[in-house]
Amino acid sequence: MIVTGLKHEPMLCTLAAPKGHPITNQLLSELFLLLTAQILPQPSDPELTNGTLVDGSSPASASSTSALLSRLQVEENSEADAAELYASTETRDLFVTVDDPKKHVSTMETYITYRVSTKTTRIEFDLPEYCVRRRYQDFDWLRVKLEETQPTNLIPPLPEKFVMKGVVDRFSEEFVETRMKALDKFLKRVADHPVLSFNPHLNAFLTAKDLNKRQGLALLTKMGESVKHVAGGYKLRARPPEFNAMGEYLDTFSQKLGTIDRIAQRILREQSEYLTELREYASVYSSWAGSEDELQRPLEGVAGCVTTCCGALEDLSENMSQDFLPVLREYVLYTETMKNVLRKRDQSQAEYEGRLEAAVLRRQEDRTPMPLEVEKCQDKMECFNADLKADWERWQCNKRQDFKQLLIGMADKNINYYEKCQTAWESLVTVLQEKQTEDKTSETN
Amino acid sequence: MIMADSGSSEEVAVIGNTDITSTESENNIINTMVERGTSLLKKMEINVAEAEKRTGKNTVNMQETYTVYLIEIRPAESVTEGGTPAAPDTLWRRYSEFELLRTYLLVTYPFIIIPPLPEKRAEFVWHKLSADNLDPDFVERRRVGLENFLLRVASHHVLSNDKIFFLFLTEEKGWREAVLDTGFQDKVDSRLKSVSAMLRVKNPDKRFTALKQYSDELNTVVSQLLRVRARVADRLYGVYKVHGNYGRVFSEWSAIEREMGDGLQSAGHHMDTYAASIDDILEEEEHYADQLKEYLFYTDAVRSVCKKHELMQYELEMASQDLAYKKQQKEELVTGTVRVFSLKGMTSKLFGSETQEQRESRLSAIEQSIEEGVEAVMEKNTECRDFVSAAWEDIERFKEQKDKDLREALISYAIMQISMCKKGIQVWSNAKDCFNKM
Repeated sequence: MIVTGLKHEPMLCTLAAPKGHPITNQLLSELFLLLTAQILPQPSDPELTNGTLVDGSSPASASSTSALLSRLQVEENSEADAAELYASTETRDLFVTVDDPKKHVSTMETYITYRVSTKTTRIEFDLPEYCVRRRYQDFDWLRVKLEETQPTNLIPPLPEKFVMKGVVDRFSEEFVETRMKALDKFLKRVADHPVLSFNPHLNAFLTAKDLNKRQGLALLTKMGESVKHVAGGYKLRARPPEFNAMGEYLDTFSQKLGTIDRIAQRILREQSEYLTELREYASVYSSWAGSEDELQRPLEGVAGCVTTCCGALEDLSENMSQDFLPVLREYVLYTETMKNVLRKRDQSQAEYEGRLEAAVLRRQEDRTPMPLEVEKCQDKMECFNADLKADWERWQCNKRQDFKQLLIGMADKNINYYEKCQTAWESLVTVLQEKQTEDKTSETN
Repeated sequence: MIMADSGSSEEVAVIGNTDITSTESENNIINTMVERGTSLLKKMEINVAEAEKRTGKNTVNMQETYTVYLIEIRPAESVTEGGTPAAPDTLWRRYSEFELLRTYLLVTYPFIIIPPLPEKRAEFVWHKLSADNLDPDFVERRRVGLENFLLRVASHHVLSNDKIFFLFLTEEKGWREAVLDTGFQDKVDSRLKSVSAMLRVKNPDKRFTALKQYSDELNTVVSQLLRVRARVADRLYGVYKVHGNYGRVFSEWSAIEREMGDGLQSAGHHMDTYAASIDDILEEEEHYADQLKEYLFYTDAVRSVCKKHELMQYELEMASQDLAYKKQQKEELVTGTVRVFSLKGMTSKLFGSETQEQRESRLSAIEQSIEEGVEAVMEKNTECRDFVSAAWEDIERFKEQKDKDLREALISYAIMQISMCKKGIQVWSNAKDCFNKM
């Protein structure tokens, strides 16, 4: 079994899977078993014992995958590199962080840069640690490059580039903080990806003092172009059922995500209106306290409680808009990216099928062997399928973790809000009831 | 002290087995406040048990639907003895009859802060609450309010001894006629008179001025509070109900998930529960709003006592002004000097002075009238002083009652908030457990 970075091919084809290579150690296979056991319902699958992540259990893809593998097995030399590559990925030897935003004001423009720190033991890096400053458009450059050079992979999304001027202050602490978190998430996802993290553009992004964005890395040719040229109108004969299922899943999921996003925003709006009224409510109690003698303290107490609740609500809304919404947004974009990759896969299948059909027709006429280009197309499609499936499982796993965390966070924040309010009201009741019994005793005296 | 129906109140005193005279009640006011020993409530249990919708013809022969309320009374002993309580005496009353009772009390006891009735039409409601007079929730809240009104009257040391009030509780037929027979309507002060009193009174009692100002402030602040509370309730309702949408979307989403499905589905149910919980919370809070409303309406009662005092003060001032004028006339006559230019002075100068006899008879007439004036002033003075002392005692009682009631209302409001927080924590903890299983 092998993996592949076919450098002499006109494309970079990768299989996001570790192989049954001697380097694969005990820890690694355990890790995979753990990982795949969650994703795949068939833990007894023979391929799993080899530590394979490729979902070969589906009969539709099994034959094509093995066909691909047998073909790729010729490239013996790349196998060792690739295996080493994967082994190191899974032990996590690349750590990146985005933090410390700084504002730069020049005569031409004002912008924010973020500190990108890297810690690594990979041999691709000259030093174990790097620290560079990057701005949003550098991240954007990286993502474009990744998309160009890894067309078969799912590239994590960046936060939205455009913000409506006037509506959002691009330099406000809040905005910068949210964007920084999103950029950090993006870079971590790339760095944790077994294929993307070895992309030379990432290396340049993490290490270069000055990022020369025009610099084309010669060894990597664009392959996205060839896909785009394929006639889009071609109707697929049969999309493998697992990709159909993915497409359907993504449609429903993005729809639900949109609804959740709308609900969350609506709740924030309702909360902010509630907060406005609540503040006034507190101030009415205060002003009432001003015209009372005996009731002054109790009324001030209520005003204080309501004010405390206002503070707690403010915290809740702030947390939700800063932690909850951005994650939803990221997943909206992530889903879109996923759909794009799926579409590109369909195109590559279309290209293959188109060429195959033409070749079959010709062969019927002059009995020539299957031309090489058809086989190349088939390879490309198989690569796509394999990459996509690996990325899909990874994405599903991430999604589940992220949403679990997100929703638990939401529950926690609400619980925390109610606890703060409850404490405030409870202390008020104690004070008021103490006063009441005090009055009663003084009355009887 | 004006005991308007002193005759009838004696009769009631027999029933209530109390023999409060006006002087005694003045001395005992604090006691009555603390232990309501002298009140009717000690002898009798009163409640408004239920409400019923009826249809009938009104005075102009139009078909109308109205609500009647069942008043139950039973002797207090039968309850305290522990045995099965005796069957209560019951009768039905309409809201308008309560209104008539209150108007009667208001006119008859101008020095007492008469407890207010619950609102005629729902006010300060948040949008989910029906403003319909026949809405069951509204009728129920009004039932509670009317019962509260009866209990307040029955626990008042003066009002509880009123005969008309007693008949209201005991005689279903002929009560309206009995009220009208008291002729209380003749004693209603005209609005115009009160307004002129308010404008012209020269030496207002500072205590009453302050009280009036306070009741104005209370009115403003409580109505503002009620308005804002209604808006707060509206918004809170919105926040909860929007969460309900999570319930639906989680359950739809769960259909496409494998591992996350079950957790999402059940978390969705908890979100539904959360959204539904606000209905009960706000319904309960409405009770707090009603407590505040009672004091909002009380401010009118306080103001009416202040107005009555102004009117009496004005009458007193008018009487003494009249007396002063007469005294001046007499002085003029005796000394023959005219301080102020007058037609009379002119005529006497032009046509010579009048005879001794004429002077004498005029002097004696003026003296007679001065005597009357002095008496009138004294009468008004006593009346006014009695009013002030009686009113002030009731005001003190009211203040104490108000502080106690509102403090209790605030405590129960805080307890309501605590229970809302607890419910919220419960639901979100349940949801969290589900999320944890994802």
